[in-house]
Amino acid sequence: MHFPLRSWLPGRAPRVVHALDGVTLHVDAAETLGLVGESGCGKSTLARCVLRLIEPTAGRVRFEDTDLTALGEEEMRRRRRDLQMVFQDPTASLNPRLSVAATVEEPLALHTELTTEARRARVDEVLDEVGLGAGLRDRYPHQLSGGQRQRVNIARAIATRPRLVVLDEPTSALDVSLRARVILLLRELKRRIGMTYLFISHDLSTVRYLCDRVAVMYLGVVVEEAPAGELFDHPAHPYTRALLSCIPIPDPDAVPERLTLTGEVPSPVDVPSGCRLRGRCPLAQPVCAEPVPVRLVAPGHTVACHLA
Amino acid sequence: MTPLLAVEDLTIHFDTEDGVVHAVDGAALAIGPGEVVGLVGESGSGKSVTALAILRLLRPPARVTSGRIRFDGRDLLALSEEEMRAVRGARISMVFQSPRTSLNPVLPVGRQIERLLVRHRGARPAEARAQAVAMLREAGLAEPERRARQYAHQLSGGMCQRVMVAMALATNPRLLIADEPTTGLDVSIAAQILDLLRDLGRRTGAAILLITHDLGVVARLCDRVVVMHAGQTVEWAPVRGLFHAPAHPYTRALIRSIPRVDRAVAMEPIAGVVPSLLAPPPGCRFASRCDLVRTQCAAGAPVRTVEAEHRVACVAVAGV
Repeated sequence: MHFPLRSWLPGRAPRVVHALDGVTLHVDAAETLGLVGESGCGKSTLARCVLRLIEPTAGRVRFEDTDLTALGEEEMRRRRRDLQMVFQDPTASLNPRLSVAATVEEPLALHTELTTEARRARVDEVLDEVGLGAGLRDRYPHQLSGGQRQRVNIARAIATRPRLVVLDEPTSALDVSLRARVILLLRELKRRIGMTYLFISHDLSTVRYLCDRVAVMYLGVVVEEAPAGELFDHPAHPYTRALLSCIPIPDPDAVPERLTLTGEVPSPVDVPSGCRLRGRCPLAQPVCAEPVPVRLVAPGHTVACHLA
Repeated sequence: MTPLLAVEDLTIHFDTEDGVVHAVDGAALAIGPGEVVGLVGESGSGKSVTALAILRLLRPPARVTSGRIRFDGRDLLALSEEEMRAVRGARISMVFQSPRTSLNPVLPVGRQIERLLVRHRGARPAEARAQAVAMLREAGLAEPERRARQYAHQLSGGMCQRVMVAMALATNPRLLIADEPTTGLDVSIAAQILDLLRDLGRRTGAAILLITHDLGVVARLCDRVVVMHAGQTVEWAPVRGLFHAPAHPYTRALIRSIPRVDRAVAMEPIAGVVPSLLAPPPGCRFASRCDLVRTQCAAGAPVRTVEAEHRVACVAVAGV
């Protein structure tokens, strides 16, 4: 996914933001794939490409047997009942003028042929699934707590029984105890109705708890991908190791590996050749300027690094 | 050891249309010179309000209804507004959560530090300029001369927080209050800011009161910890004691409610909700969420010592 920047000087070649570059990922049915990385690594851009909220510059998004990127607008709209999203800010993503019931009913009215009565029944069922009592169905967003609002967002996302739910930082605006409840709710829904998630987060602790597999992104590329336990116990890419070493562990005796990256993330306008981390990586070698091979280091565990 | 700062029996009310919000109820905490003390709890536990009360920055409808705040041998609540202004910035300074909005958007960042040096340390403009650059360098900003001439919007969030830390320590304060200084920053930048706070705190000898909801940050940085719940301070402990032998049922529940990155553990949300502070229950405010609740809880929670420097306000915990 490239975003051209408009230049205000005539005759100068337009510059391009390389938000995503040649990312290949898959999510299996009933699986939760965690997508982690810091601000600007492209994880939210990838989510928006998957849902075609933005159109990728090149590449394809295949969903079951369909190439989503080849669908017309009308076909894509029909397909959206299978692809839903929960956003980070639970308040901004709700319409303040719609009650809880009306919010959850909206996708049912848009995407299903259910009668008014059947829709009402489904709304009650879904609210029950996310742990919101029937007493809240006529409330408005401003009458709810942050945790309750995020439950409404989740209820709206799962109302049409989608095949895939994209969760973009669904817990980062929530307080610790609410965060724990929303994570448990997501896991419960996964177990009970076999939900498939693409879970985007910079919170690696939550990712470890909820995800089956994890992909780590840096500056628009996937640098490492592995089953969750494998990734956290045997991180192979220097970036993953650095990221893990940055997370404060709630144990005063923990001795985390300190692999420190220098400087800040370079601009996605001028991405380095070869490995994009090489300017900040303490292990960098001359070979890192060459195109990076992707190696399989363990079953299901791939790393894009010359030194792995 | 005489504490640098001692807050005792601090009670803060908010007068609202719906009634009086009992935001802080008899909070107590102490910080020794050069110590790093964590103040932890969920949103609404009264952490930030307590910090603002220490700096006397609370404005109506908030008011301190009782309590003592002793700093460096003086009762801050008894100082005149003018005396307090001399304490703020020079003796106690603060780093806020959102660095970009805490900086003045229409003044270059270097100039903001210069002003502080001129006002609180009587520096001459030329030497203030040189010192400001030196401080930005010490705060780990690359190209400090260039950065000093830039505005907040030209810097990244991490750089803005470095400027805030440089500014907070510019006057060589004895106490730095950092309110969620890394919330909203990327993990690698957050780790750098935490290291910076610790290193600069050590070098300048400033004590740090670190307000956070992140127990990982507490474990990494703090010597001692104070836990707050719904406006009450419920446990005071050295950092090891807090994590290895948490005494208050709330502290234990808080530790159980966080997912861990270093190992796969079960996670359990804290039961119930924080009680309404408009009409808080009498006695211990955790009682309605607590599995050890008994009738005496409504009468208040006596403070008990469980180990040296480790105290807890709970009737269900045996003291020594």
